[in-house]
Amino acid sequence: MIDIKDFLHNLLSLPGLSAYEEPARQKISETWKPLVDEMYVSPIGSLHALSRGVGSEPRPKILLACHMDAIGMMVTGIEDGFLRFTEVGGIDHRLLPGMRVNVHGKRDLPGVIVMPRAELLPEGNGTAPVAMKYLFIDTGLLPEEVASLVKIGDLVSFAQEPSELPNDIVMGHTLDNRVSVAAVTICLEELKKVSHDWDVWAVATVQEEETLGGGLTSPYAIQPDLAIAIDVTFAKGPGASDYRTFPLGKGVTLGIGSNVHPGFFKAVKDVADRLEIPTHDELMPLYSGTDALAMQIVREGIATLVLGIPLRYMHTPVEMVAMKDIQRAGRLMAAFIAGLPQDFMQRLHWDD
Amino acid sequence: MTTKNMAPLIEKEQIDLLERLSNACGILSDVGEIRKIVLESIKPYCDDVHIDALGNVLAIRKAQQPDALRVMVAAHMDEVGFMVVEKEEGGLFRMVAVGGIDSRYLPGKPVLAGKEHVPGVIGAKPIHLMKKDEMNNTMELEDLRLDVGPDGGDKVKPGDPVYFATKFQQVGPSLMGKALDDRLGVVSLISLIQHAPANIELLAAFTVQEEIGLRGARVAAYAFNPDLAIVMDSTPSHDLPTWDGSENIYYNTKLDAGPAIYVADTGTLSDPRLLQRLFKIASENEIPYQIRQPGKGGTDAGSIHRQRAGIPSVSISVPGRYAHSPVMISRFNDWKNTLTLVHTALAEMPKNLLQRN
Repeated sequence: MIDIKDFLHNLLSLPGLSAYEEPARQKISETWKPLVDEMYVSPIGSLHALSRGVGSEPRPKILLACHMDAIGMMVTGIEDGFLRFTEVGGIDHRLLPGMRVNVHGKRDLPGVIVMPRAELLPEGNGTAPVAMKYLFIDTGLLPEEVASLVKIGDLVSFAQEPSELPNDIVMGHTLDNRVSVAAVTICLEELKKVSHDWDVWAVATVQEEETLGGGLTSPYAIQPDLAIAIDVTFAKGPGASDYRTFPLGKGVTLGIGSNVHPGFFKAVKDVADRLEIPTHDELMPLYSGTDALAMQIVREGIATLVLGIPLRYMHTPVEMVAMKDIQRAGRLMAAFIAGLPQDFMQRLHWDD
Repeated sequence: MTTKNMAPLIEKEQIDLLERLSNACGILSDVGEIRKIVLESIKPYCDDVHIDALGNVLAIRKAQQPDALRVMVAAHMDEVGFMVVEKEEGGLFRMVAVGGIDSRYLPGKPVLAGKEHVPGVIGAKPIHLMKKDEMNNTMELEDLRLDVGPDGGDKVKPGDPVYFATKFQQVGPSLMGKALDDRLGVVSLISLIQHAPANIELLAAFTVQEEIGLRGARVAAYAFNPDLAIVMDSTPSHDLPTWDGSENIYYNTKLDAGPAIYVADTGTLSDPRLLQRLFKIASENEIPYQIRQPGKGGTDAGSIHRQRAGIPSVSISVPGRYAHSPVMISRFNDWKNTLTLVHTALAEMPKNLLQRN
């Protein structure tokens, strides 16, 4: 059995910014290998892994998409040994001063993001947040050494180490969306124990945070009948309490809205209710902000679903997720797939 | 006899001690972790050690000659941090700052709470839920919460201290960690005690409550009643490039330029005789130094020089970037030169230094 917590902690410690997912892909690939029948990497880097079903040909296919790319930063300039940078993925610049990072130069350099005093900034900044373009990374090295080790375009990752809070809460960076990779891993492990009619394609997608590149291309290659985007959603917490937020550790979410096929939603919801896996309806009227947004419109269109794992402090280095919710997401997917009849697509309707 | 060879060196042992002290936590007078390390390091070398009513560690190392100058050297043990003031639901707590902390450093940072160093975070609202223009506003501490996890609420209580969770690292020429202000001074003072010059009576004050108004040093100076005082602290370096590439004339101090000698700050005009002496000693011994740009800021000298009938005082700091933030950066060489300068100045201090003509 795979120690999921251990796997997740390992995965969280690996870089893998959008378009540079290699370190994460390696780890996922070696963990999934014993759980699947075949595996390959797409032209733009998504990992496609097949757990073959036992149904008759042509066998229907379900795609489980969990994006593995991380948000971070990229070096845009070097001044007197200090690095200028920009974001990869959406980052609130107000989180950055005092943040520890790893600069992936010729070797990995520890650094800290720093904020010049008001006198060194455009007049009138005062105590207002400092714009990202005026922040620096200080590596503690002298200018000559920085010049020999770092170049423009080098990547920068958050350096926050993952840790554990009471009652199985994981804290760290890039829980968005490595926790969903963990959930899919749990699902694959469960499926190993049961026979399922459908082919299951577990896909660790690339570039979700920037272009949805993985979400648009993997379904093209795989041509699934159903596709689930497993991603994190907003947990309730300081500054986050409205209809878009859900209690941490109290169940997963199922999306309702333009990116979700209502029949698919109902079928998954029924399984959750039967197994007493707590779920919350997540209203996403316009865009889900997940790979489902892309997958739904690949080729002639795909019936998609969004499965959410509540996460506190999204896109900060101190994100929090409950292990319980990761387990729930994995078990729910596995139970749904195990019960999928060969002719599910013929029974999937828009209207009652 | 040259005194240079007698100067305490900063070697692995001192860096290990700095690492322990930087990772250890203590605010206000609640500096038990620091005091413990200080006491175990200095006890064998002192003629007298005691802890006073505020929590200062006051240690005396006697001179090896009669009628020696009685010199107080002070370094503060407390760091900036927070105190938990209110418990809310689900592992969330309100905090107030203890010491001057720019709240722009806080969102998204890991912290440690209480004596047991319970891990927690100062979270921030997801960027996805932000209203238009919301990112133009500074997140103030009163809007932020300590979060120790939804089921961790019982591990923390109002009154507990909260610290930045930063592990010390030595990186190339630099020392990176929290609370280098003023754990650098604390290790320096420990080294001075361990290598005390024979010609002076060393009155070592490891002070408390520096960050909230130089309060420990005030009573320590009263108790010691020294002839003169030297304060060893850390001072900000703002030696970063300016936004438009113009010359940075607001650097305060610069890394790699040596010990920062204070002429004037918010609280002190350094004694000119001590200043001249330091400049002379530095030049004669080829120890690099810089003069901290006169201006805002302060050290324990601010309260020491006005104690009793007046105590001639001067401050010498190791320059450090990003003071009062989760991670400071100082240079090993600046620290080494600071300790050498202070040690040499003490060892070569004439008895009549302060006599008026």
